[in-house]
Amino acid sequence: MSSEKKRVKGETLLEIRGLKIEGNSDGVWHPIVKGVDVSLKRGEVLGLIGESGAGKSTIGLAAMGFARPGCRITDGTIMFDGIDLRKASEEERRELWGSRIAYVAQSAAAAFNPAHKLIEQTVETAVRHGIMDRAKAEADSVDLYRRLQLPNPEKIGNRFPHQVSGGQLQRAMTAMAMSCRPDLIIFDEPTTALDVTTQVEVLAAMRDIVEQFNTAAIYITHDLAVVAQMADRIMVLRRGLEVEQAPTREMLKEPKEDYTKTLWAVRKLAKQESISEDIALRIHGVDASYSGVVKVLDNVTVQLPRGRTVAVVGESGSGKSTLARAITGLLPPSKGEIYFNGKPLPKALKDRDKDTLRRIQMIYQSADTSLNPRQTIRDLIGRPIEFYYGVGSAERDRRVAELLDAIELNESYIDRLPGELSGGQKQRISIARALAAKPDIIICDEVTSALDQIVQEEILTLLMKLQKDTNVSYLFITHDIATVRAISDEIVVMHQGKVVQQGPKTQVLNPPHPAYTELLLSSVPEMDPDWLTNLLAKRSKAKA
Amino acid sequence: MHPVLKTVLQRLGLGLLTLFVVSVVIFASLELLPGGFAEAILGQGATPETVAAFNREIGLDRPAFVRYLEWIGGVLMGDFGYSYAGLGGSIKRSVSELIAPRLYNTFFLAAMTAIVAVPLSLLLGVLAALYRNSWYDRIVNSVTLTTIATPEFFIAYLLMFFFAIKNKWFYTLSTVSGSTDLWEHMYRAALPAITLTLVIVAHMMRMTRAALINLLASPYMEMAQLKGVPRREAIIKHALPNAWAPIATVIAFNLAYLVVGVVVVEVVYVYPGIGQLMVDAVSSRDMPVVQACALIFAATYILLNLSADIVSIITNPRLLHPK
Repeated sequence: MSSEKKRVKGETLLEIRGLKIEGNSDGVWHPIVKGVDVSLKRGEVLGLIGESGAGKSTIGLAAMGFARPGCRITDGTIMFDGIDLRKASEEERRELWGSRIAYVAQSAAAAFNPAHKLIEQTVETAVRHGIMDRAKAEADSVDLYRRLQLPNPEKIGNRFPHQVSGGQLQRAMTAMAMSCRPDLIIFDEPTTALDVTTQVEVLAAMRDIVEQFNTAAIYITHDLAVVAQMADRIMVLRRGLEVEQAPTREMLKEPKEDYTKTLWAVRKLAKQESISEDIALRIHGVDASYSGVVKVLDNVTVQLPRGRTVAVVGESGSGKSTLARAITGLLPPSKGEIYFNGKPLPKALKDRDKDTLRRIQMIYQSADTSLNPRQTIRDLIGRPIEFYYGVGSAERDRRVAELLDAIELNESYIDRLPGELSGGQKQRISIARALAAKPDIIICDEVTSALDQIVQEEILTLLMKLQKDTNVSYLFITHDIATVRAISDEIVVMHQGKVVQQGPKTQVLNPPHPAYTELLLSSVPEMDPDWLTNLLAKRSKAKA
Repeated sequence: MHPVLKTVLQRLGLGLLTLFVVSVVIFASLELLPGGFAEAILGQGATPETVAAFNREIGLDRPAFVRYLEWIGGVLMGDFGYSYAGLGGSIKRSVSELIAPRLYNTFFLAAMTAIVAVPLSLLLGVLAALYRNSWYDRIVNSVTLTTIATPEFFIAYLLMFFFAIKNKWFYTLSTVSGSTDLWEHMYRAALPAITLTLVIVAHMMRMTRAALINLLASPYMEMAQLKGVPRREAIIKHALPNAWAPIATVIAFNLAYLVVGVVVVEVVYVYPGIGQLMVDAVSSRDMPVVQACALIFAATYILLNLSADIVSIITNPRLLHPK
């Protein structure tokens, strides 16, 4: 295995100078990228990293001479192999797109056209640019599918996008980008939507093929550990400006700027684990299914102690969100019992009394969709207070103010609408809404997944503080191991509807592991640039 | 069995059930109409005795459900019964015999209109989506909106005035009969067809435009652009295949209108279609004819909507090629 990229870097391929981009919101143009320089040699991989709003995707697209609708490139030069992309005509750019510069989007499921077979979409560019005839392009696609280790490379092209998995789709999209052997590929968060176990294969496949064809790439991500595996050089961006830039190993070893250092911070957050025998919620042998045919939960037994946090971790499709639906009564279990404070909990939502409903609350992944955009913060947080406690409006406002204080927001927010708040603030409002009922248990379903790392840390810290103050129990559903490490006392590992392992955090995170836990934990990218190489070597050795 | 076939059969079964319910509703609501065939035909001379005698003669004295069963039983065997008009006399006229030529005329006009209007509105819609917010887009939108907002009889008279009276390119009246040959029939039905085209193009064109524009913001359209596919080709190759379902629904709806809703245009041009026949039958309380017309209309609606469903199934790979 080649851990070190031994490729000879050639002459400069891409040279961006003083790039400025503006975005339009409500008719007002405001800066998104405020003067950034990027230069890239042939065969070099540059990682662009930053939080949302840093402008990394916008810069990536600008490297193609493209600005999304509602954005415009206002200043700077973009030279690609001697062609000024800002001055080039639409026609000239279209000649380059797909053939010499290709794009790999974040969500392959959305970026593939659902109406056409994979092979149609893979060969489209090569055929329309006249680089290959159809038969040759198809044969070449099969070859690319094979190189990207897609299963059944001869046949998989005949499938429609919905017929293959997310990881396979992302590799097929890489094949599509490679079809014309471009000089430059823009990878725009290509693995963000994937599970960690799938991510490993996709990262490996993408890295290999870029190396094989000596393609230059811009790799955009918010995950430092991922970019460490992929990039020769990393550029950290914040609010449309470059923070610092350095070769990968140098950057990881000693980041110079404070901001770069804070990007590491969330990984250090870790709650001191504490075990309790006082069980608030006991799920015993629960089965559940949506259609009645496939069991989404299969004999699940989980215990949630009072005032503690149990993290439920697993890939998409492991049944973790279904477990939440079973507990809340939205999906009554077909078998098994749920005991709440020692008493059996009525299975269906409609059989539960108001007090039981009050005691189990929920916080969702997307505050954007779970908060009614037309209600003020007063209504959003005040509604459960009125509903469960039947208090008057003065008392309600007093409680809302108290809760705003608890979530560290100013009282002046009370008359605002969710649309006026940032993502982190909205998630705080969701937390306050759940707390307003004074529940025994809060089920947190991927509540930090949509947030930037720094905001994640703030939310996790807040949740821990609130737990200390109110002795509430959290059932914390997540796919992110760093978050698990940060917040949990106990961990439940789920896979295909079954509980693989439950135990105190230190026990689950340390060997010996059951096979699946091992796979899951070993797939979490680490900040070491050799991590992926070593992992693949270890896995292939284990297989042999 | 292929899931698509299963769905189609299910919908078909559901359609038949709907048709049955509709038949009950038709029959019941006609029962509720004030006055009967006897009153309508006897006019001022309708004394209670003559009305009763008349009703006895055409069988209207029997209970409603017996008559319903008799009717629906006949329909199931393809017999729509006899028109009340002429029942007492020597020439009994079967409903099928009355309806068949009228239905042919209606379908003729509908088909003629559809052959022009559907491709036209798809073309206009695709172009409007392609040149969104351009002058072309605005003009097409306002013109089609105007034609849909103008009462159809008014459009009909305008067209008649300009193209049949000012310039004698067409006849003012579109009378046809069984002996009219095909070309003559098309020539005579041209003005009504143009009128109807103007009425239905707006809906279909606007839905085509909206369905396409709805997809333009989707990530796979951006992907197509970044693969170097020109806009026009992207819209036709990448957006249109995903837009058929809503477009087909609106087309089905408008085609149904061509069959069941054209009575005004028929009256203006004196075109002998089924709409006029039904209106006449309602005013003379000739129930068997009214019932048959209503049932045919309902069946048209159901069949066209079923076809729209089938189109949306076969254009959706998720349904056509399950995992």
